[in-house]
Amino acid sequence: MDKLRRVFFWLMIGLTAMFLLLPTLIIVPMSFTTTSTLEFPPVGFTLEWYGKVIGAPDWQQALINSLVVAFAAATLATVIGTMAALALHAHRFPGKMLVTVLLLSPMVTPVIVLAVGMYMVFSGWGLIATRLGLVLAHTVLAIPFVVVSVLASARMVNPSLAPASLGLGASRWFTFRRVTLPMIMPGVLSGAVFAFITSWDEVVIALFLADAQTRTVPIMIWNQVRTNLDPATAAVAAILIVLSAMGVLLSYKIREARS
Amino acid sequence: MNAALQDTAGTAMKLEGVSKHFGAVKALDNVSFELRKGEFLTMLGPSGSGKTTSLRAIAGFIQPTAGRLLIDGRDMTAVPPQKRNIGMMFQDYALFPHMTVLENVGYPLETRGIRRAEREKLSMEMLEIVGLASCAKRYPKQMSGGQQQRVALARALVFRPDIVLLDEPMAALDKKLRGQMQIEIMHITRQVGATVVSVTHDQEEALVMSDRVAIFKDGRLEQIGTPHQLYLQPRSEFVADFIGEANLLRGSVRQADDWILVEGDGWKANLSKDDPRCAALVGANKACVVLRPERIHAVPVGSETQNVGEGVIEDKIYLGVEYRLVVRMNDGGKINLRSRDVASIAGMKAGDRIGMAWAPDDIVIIGA
Repeated sequence: MDKLRRVFFWLMIGLTAMFLLLPTLIIVPMSFTTTSTLEFPPVGFTLEWYGKVIGAPDWQQALINSLVVAFAAATLATVIGTMAALALHAHRFPGKMLVTVLLLSPMVTPVIVLAVGMYMVFSGWGLIATRLGLVLAHTVLAIPFVVVSVLASARMVNPSLAPASLGLGASRWFTFRRVTLPMIMPGVLSGAVFAFITSWDEVVIALFLADAQTRTVPIMIWNQVRTNLDPATAAVAAILIVLSAMGVLLSYKIREARS
Repeated sequence: MNAALQDTAGTAMKLEGVSKHFGAVKALDNVSFELRKGEFLTMLGPSGSGKTTSLRAIAGFIQPTAGRLLIDGRDMTAVPPQKRNIGMMFQDYALFPHMTVLENVGYPLETRGIRRAEREKLSMEMLEIVGLASCAKRYPKQMSGGQQQRVALARALVFRPDIVLLDEPMAALDKKLRGQMQIEIMHITRQVGATVVSVTHDQEEALVMSDRVAIFKDGRLEQIGTPHQLYLQPRSEFVADFIGEANLLRGSVRQADDWILVEGDGWKANLSKDDPRCAALVGANKACVVLRPERIHAVPVGSETQNVGEGVIEDKIYLGVEYRLVVRMNDGGKINLRSRDVASIAGMKAGDRIGMAWAPDDIVIIGA
């Protein structure tokens, strides 16, 4: 009976893991195929597609665009989101509910609606087809993740620590630097990671705002899939999977080292 | 008024008519008192009495609606907390969990721009005074409640603040530790010569630790004095009841040429007219007499003295070193009596009539 239960237990875990991972992992072997179209199972073994991707100027440009935009958007969103979360946590002010709803609304608004709206507004401001436009759009999208994550951290902090710091002669800035920020750091870091990922794999807004010079990696993949579905796309996907896995692993290691 | 009180050089802090209103609620209502240098003052009162509001006003966390706060002769009413040079020990200690004990204690020195070497030296000295020098490298989480409290105390003292504030210092400790830490905190603050204001609702704690006690009620300062003064000369029923145990007897006043008599159904208290306590009674026709349970003696019923009473024993409780009697008076009111005169009480039982007597000196008069 006990054995049966254990078998069932592991079976469920295995099936769930497969359901979650298979669609992602199936792309990896396909990137090694020697055929000129995507095929499963792959035929033969070659690294040709990886070489093609890494050597191609348009992929390089897209990778640089993605990294620059994601870093900038994550940085901006982390700074703004952290300040907003601390204000929402520590103070009562008129219109607080409205501010909260506005800050979090990008999380629930359909992205396509945001994208159309931003396209209209940004074209008036001359921000279409610029990296700055993408950065600002992705920042708006990423702020709610930072706010939610920092708020959760701030609620865990003993509320008398900040007054204690002031009472012991610290200025507000000193208190923030030496007490508040270290205490909410886990929330800030995980908010920053989420913000980065939000921008890194964002397609819809980038479709509206980017042109051939400013397009990001997801847009390149999207174009590839629509035009010629060759194994180079799978190679890009495999690279992204490995990079993401390393990122997640790194953030776990950081958290482990801190505690 | 004695010389020490008038000596302004010895005044560490002064509250002048401080009030704090939250809407229609008067959390503090025209509170004035002085704190002398090196003094340990406890603000005592039930919750909502204004003691904590006073502490927060002194610390600078709330702004008084009216009144002034002077520290060392300077008006500090509008000065923010970080510029007041006051050390505060929070109820939950508020130790910084991401800093070691040494860093926690050194924090107020760090905020004052003192360099690391000097900071660590001063912090270690203070840790030695509180007996925790060996724990300097530990984190607050790794220490017991009593140790955490001593770290918090060291942090509040290390920068030699003008005043040290203790907010319910024993609240987070279990009962066994409290008595021990009360004595310890008292010793440590005296040793470094700190001027201390503490807040508590525990009268025993106030009596053990303080040079003077300020009793708060409904946002007002009810009475301030040494524990001894408050016990012997309470100015109100509230104070009499809050400091120690008190029996309250309400009676009418009869005045003669050289004495004043306060009497009720089955008891009387007699004072000579030149007694200072009578000042409050001149012209009055009602008064309240406070008698402490340990100052009432059992005497034979019908004893002829000027300060006697009688009633019926309702409960007799043997407590080892003493007896405790609950006596019902003729008017139905109850008074408590404690006696170590085991021999004369052993034979009495509930339902018996008992005679009681007290010395004129033990009578406390409160104007009714």
